[in-house]
Amino acid sequence: MATTTSTPGPKTNRIGLAVLDYKGGRTTLCAGCGHNAISERIIDAMFEMGVPPERVAKLSGIGCSSKSPAYFMGRSHSFNAVHGRMPSVATGAMLANRNLLALGVSGDGDTASIGVGQFVHLMRRNLPIIYIIEDNGVYGLTKGQFSATADLGSKLKTGVINDLPPIDTCAMAITLGATFVGRSFSGDKKQLHSMMKAAIAHRGTVMLDIVSPCVTFNDHEGSTKSYKYMKDHDEPLQEISFVPAFEEIDVEYDPGTSIEVTMHDGSKLRLRKR
Amino acid sequence: MATTDVALHQAAGQVGPKRVVNNMSIQVATVNGSGSQSSNTVLLRSIFQMGVPVSGKNLFPSNIAGLPTWYTIRANKDGYIARKKEIDFVVAMNSETAQEDVMSLAPGASVLYDEPLNLSSLRQDLIFYAVPYDKLVAPVCPEAKLRKLVKNMIYVGVVAKLLEIDMAEVEKAIRKQFAKKVKAANLNLAAVQAGFDYAAANLPKRDPYVIQRMDKTTGKIIIDGNAAAALGCMFAGVTMVSWYPITPSSSLPESLIEYMKRFRIGADGKATFAIVQAEDELAAVGMVVGAGWAGARAMTATAGPGISLMAEFAGLAYYAEVPGVIWDIQRVGPSTGLPTRTSQGDILFNAFLSHGDTKHILLIPCSAEECFTMAQDAFDLAERFQTLVFVMSDLDLGMNNWMADPFKYPEKPIERGKVLAKEDLDRLGNFARYKDVDGDGIGYRTLPGTDHPAAAYFSRGSGHNEKSQYSERPDDFEKNMERINRKFETARSFVPRPEMVSNGKSKIGFIAYGTSHWAMIESRDQLRKEYNIETDYLRLRAYPFTREVHEFVKQHDRVYVVEQNRDAQMLSLLKLDLEAALVPRLRSIAHIHGLPLDARSVTDELMTMEGK
Repeated sequence: MATTTSTPGPKTNRIGLAVLDYKGGRTTLCAGCGHNAISERIIDAMFEMGVPPERVAKLSGIGCSSKSPAYFMGRSHSFNAVHGRMPSVATGAMLANRNLLALGVSGDGDTASIGVGQFVHLMRRNLPIIYIIEDNGVYGLTKGQFSATADLGSKLKTGVINDLPPIDTCAMAITLGATFVGRSFSGDKKQLHSMMKAAIAHRGTVMLDIVSPCVTFNDHEGSTKSYKYMKDHDEPLQEISFVPAFEEIDVEYDPGTSIEVTMHDGSKLRLRKR
Repeated sequence: MATTDVALHQAAGQVGPKRVVNNMSIQVATVNGSGSQSSNTVLLRSIFQMGVPVSGKNLFPSNIAGLPTWYTIRANKDGYIARKKEIDFVVAMNSETAQEDVMSLAPGASVLYDEPLNLSSLRQDLIFYAVPYDKLVAPVCPEAKLRKLVKNMIYVGVVAKLLEIDMAEVEKAIRKQFAKKVKAANLNLAAVQAGFDYAAANLPKRDPYVIQRMDKTTGKIIIDGNAAAALGCMFAGVTMVSWYPITPSSSLPESLIEYMKRFRIGADGKATFAIVQAEDELAAVGMVVGAGWAGARAMTATAGPGISLMAEFAGLAYYAEVPGVIWDIQRVGPSTGLPTRTSQGDILFNAFLSHGDTKHILLIPCSAEECFTMAQDAFDLAERFQTLVFVMSDLDLGMNNWMADPFKYPEKPIERGKVLAKEDLDRLGNFARYKDVDGDGIGYRTLPGTDHPAAAYFSRGSGHNEKSQYSERPDDFEKNMERINRKFETARSFVPRPEMVSNGKSKIGFIAYGTSHWAMIESRDQLRKEYNIETDYLRLRAYPFTREVHEFVKQHDRVYVVEQNRDAQMLSLLKLDLEAALVPRLRSIAHIHGLPLDARSVTDELMTMEGK
């Protein structure tokens, strides 16, 4: 990083906004809810990528996940639509204004059951939207019934065992031709942060299935979407990081000389021509 | 049956001096998928080009090919173009229905039939003409597989000869129908000529029906309501259309696709619009809501089953206050019902579509002209009131051919409603999305993408306060719902006013709407001429009702509400709106059988209800 001798002011991104400009209202979700961590990652990634918040349209369906757009990016328009049918609202909004960056926030109940039809067709169309599934395996707002992503054999708080196989939203998105599919964990700050930035840079549909534990209804022994289960089964396949693409930097210098080039992130590169 | 028609029918059967000029109903019975649509259109256009007012109604099955279909052409010198119950001239091409078609005719009617059907022995009181189509078609159409189609063009020639339709007009109609396909036009022309020549040589005229040149169609066009609606939407500036195929609405977006591809491609060669065939009606209306929220003029077109699916989104658009236009080309419900038949059966459902307290603006066109003009009205009202507007067309209007005056280029400027731009926000500092600043119930909105830190607001279908923040407070909820209702009350002064005919003396008033209008014009004339009963008439063009509707009911002892459904749906809406003392004045003439309303049914029922 570049160093400076002047007094550091509030840190701003390349369009001159502070991270505060990306904040939203106070969350009303449960303390410790994975969804809040995802909201934080969205704020950080949008800030770091220098996305003008006014360009972003936040869209959601119904459920705990779908409430969360109220808790980040208060300077972006937002539409909390009907259950499972956010993709069509997002599609209409994007067709009306092609300069918008659409950010859809859904849940496993909202996507994999009532919304599976619209999810399928959103993936087919490959419109520029980041579609996040905050996946906790249960319906939170209606007090903890299984959703269609709950694993076979996983257990509810009430002791009920899930006897149906889960719908794998990532596998589904891939077979439908989605151009960016990822799965992460709300508790993996580093991985999710990189993935979110890559999502912002992608042109086309991004589908992120983010396991996001429900601390109230699905964080117990026997759950396969609890914090403990996720930590016990966290096996990173690779280190994911993201290098954003910026404008090309052209330099000209004579043979036998060298030149120092300042990169977009402030780092410096020394080049020597023989 | 009208007394004059009875006299005529009795006189027929033998060669009479009486000729019935420009007043007949021709029914062509064919098999679905046999290409009869082209022949029928040619026949219709030929009569139209002769200057005689005409309408064409297609009674078709929900099937691609093989089932019976009937096409009725009514030519009438007085301009009556509603369906007429009695058929004067049948062209029987379908062996499956021929017997029943013949048996249902009134005495004196004419039957033109395919010789092998051997119908003439069925009845003694009809006039029969037999034509050996298969023998005639072979020489004009060497290609055997085309004969089934070309055969249908032969009857056009026979009918032209019998009804004295000018062959030059038939040729003109064929050239128009086949446009650039010169070979097809020539082939069909030869078939028509073969029919004409056969009739000239073998079929001496024994029926009284003739078409004579008039000047009542000068300057008019023929168009179906869905194409007129599509043109209207294009001129109204629609930019986002989402739809899901359903009869009888599909031809509206399909026409629109053609028009937009022709007239709405930008200088860079790219489309300035988006038309999406959605995965279902849920998505179709969802896209409308998303696009309307983002500032586009957005629409979808559907029919009853689609409306059922759109109910939830309709409530969201109502409560989150998002503009959008939905064309409901009504067909017969409940459920799948009769998918290819007409009705006015979605009135009540659309008026209150969705759960909770919801009310929607309905516009009700009766003609191709109104399909065109109400398109702009619909978008203007939707954006002015930030709500959905339903245009209640029907299958009869949407899919059938209607005469119309050429559409005028819209004169009204487009009304975009209360939208704050960046500059407004610079001046105001901030805004509250659902605050009633002007006392008309309508708040100011901003569009996503507006480049101002205070532009954003949170749209939601859940409870909210005037700043659009989530709220479960009883006072916030009640205040908001009262304000939305105020918008609806304001809308009464902005929706299209009814059309009224009143002589100030009649005790009897009619209220009708949409395509029932055409039977109403004729029925009122029947009542005057046959029974000496004068009636007043109000044609509704919108819901909510304007004050004229209340006045009209006040001015009449008995008000008959005529409509094409079982449950007197518009009458029910009127009951909710009128002061209690006026409600007993309303009576219902409501029918639903899938066929367009005819005047005689209205006249007869009114006479019965009047105790005469």
